[in-house]
Amino acid sequence: MATKLRARRHRRVSPTSESRLAQWTLIGLSLLFMGVILVLPLYAVFHEALAKGIGTFFAAFAEPDAQAAIRLTLLVAAIAVPLNVIFGLAASWAIAKFEFKGKAFLITLIDLPFSVSPVISGLVYVLLFGAGSFLGPFLKSYGIEVLFALPGIVLATIFVTFPFVARELIPLMQDQGTGDEEAALSLGANGWQTFFRVTLPNIKWGLLYGVLLCNARAMGEFGAVAVVSGKIRGQTTTMPLQVEMLYNEYNATAAFALASLLALLALVTLVLKSALEWRFGDEVAAAER
Amino acid sequence: MSAAASALSRSRKRNVIPGFGLTLGFTLTYFSLIILIPLLALAIRSAGLGFDGFWKAATDPRVLGSLRVSFVTALIAAGVNVVFGTLIAWVLVRYRFPGRRIFDAIIDLPFALPTAVAGIALTAIYAPNGTIGALFAPFGIRIAYTPIGIVIAMIFIGLPFVVRTIQPILEEVSHEVEEASATLGATRFQTITRVILPSLTPAILTGFALAFARGVGEYGSIIFIAGNIPFVSEIAPLLIYIRLQEFNYVGATVIASVMLLISFALLFAINLIQAWSRRRYGYGD
Repeated sequence: MATKLRARRHRRVSPTSESRLAQWTLIGLSLLFMGVILVLPLYAVFHEALAKGIGTFFAAFAEPDAQAAIRLTLLVAAIAVPLNVIFGLAASWAIAKFEFKGKAFLITLIDLPFSVSPVISGLVYVLLFGAGSFLGPFLKSYGIEVLFALPGIVLATIFVTFPFVARELIPLMQDQGTGDEEAALSLGANGWQTFFRVTLPNIKWGLLYGVLLCNARAMGEFGAVAVVSGKIRGQTTTMPLQVEMLYNEYNATAAFALASLLALLALVTLVLKSALEWRFGDEVAAAER
Repeated sequence: MSAAASALSRSRKRNVIPGFGLTLGFTLTYFSLIILIPLLALAIRSAGLGFDGFWKAATDPRVLGSLRVSFVTALIAAGVNVVFGTLIAWVLVRYRFPGRRIFDAIIDLPFALPTAVAGIALTAIYAPNGTIGALFAPFGIRIAYTPIGIVIAMIFIGLPFVVRTIQPILEEVSHEVEEASATLGATRFQTITRVILPSLTPAILTGFALAFARGVGEYGSIIFIAGNIPFVSEIAPLLIYIRLQEFNYVGATVIASVMLLISFALLFAINLIQAWSRRRYGYGD
């Protein structure tokens, strides 16, 4: 036994692997890069937020404008995320359970918002509802403000978070096929019963995964919302916009305090996301990101 | 007889699952209202300018300058990300070390961290008095408020695209190919550069294109660190924003159209790469 162990220790490096030295050099290089590029900014947020003591940190949240920004961010996410969940469920049902012409094209189209710059995602709504457009003055005559108001912020947020739930569910439901649903239907369940009792339990972890990512982006969106919000203090500033305003007013500590709340949201999202991947790997695995 | 049989088989093939009209109808309506009509509004506004008007606005020196800044910095950042992203994907897939899972999870941080937060954090680090900025300041090298800062921000937001595209492919590369290569007398270095890397090429190209496209469009994490000096460190998305603040909708529309055309061309290229790699290697999404 002892000689066997020694023999193994003295064995040459396997031909399909690298020497220990090479391995640790590559690992060290990777971790250094990730440390500088990813971990350091995260650390900096909390470091700067607490730089002037815990009192200043909490004082930042006592500001009415900060509280209004937090409320607005939660409200926007509470509208945008459920709408994209309904869309994601409908789209994945149509795409995974049926065959039709142009399906591959539709899947590509759903990913489209990912290749549009956030600023452009905001701009298109300015063109659609702003001065000089047809719709803007028309809606205004009925007292409905879209731009520089809640509806515009919600629309821009829906635009940028549009693909998240759908792109998570489509490959998952395609993997699962239609067997379970056909069994339920043949046993006399109606369409809604089949969806709620068979399909939904099958996809619940994948759905949660998509909702997590969608929500993180919805609460954190900056570029698209900056364009449509008008940045009216206390009224149309979401948390990321409030962070920017505070930062530009040289109130860095308050900016970082509010930013730390968003960073915390990002951390919670990452932890839950990883937990889902580890525990329910297969049920969220059909998605690659 | 045969007509009846084919009619029977056709009726048997008919899908029993309900809700096709409802779900596809909702999907198309929602897509049209949220994505298609707004994008068409942009296209119609651009078309309304006519070719001469469009060309004149698109070749404005400041517009060209901002496009150059965006594309050059995004190209450099995507290049850096390809090198380190491939290395990180390799290390995460092939080696076992303490904390591997935590580092694997942290790769997705740029997806989860709001861009404005990343922007002010990077600025704090790379400003002349920041943790890393202070290391370079004595040598007269400024990172924040220069194009180097833009590249740093783009590296941050682009990294997960490269790692997450290469990782699943690397997991699929079979050990037998490497063993065969080693048995035939290849050194480990030869096996990696001549056997493994070529099979990763489509994934690396896709990751590069994704990171590049994201970098070109990025706004939030860049504007704080960039310095935003026209012709030097002013990115195209920021110029769109500035034009909108000036109520110069035509100027904003033209820059946006140019950027959209280029990113759609990129998207098309990514699809081509994936189709090609599926044909060649049997995988590649």
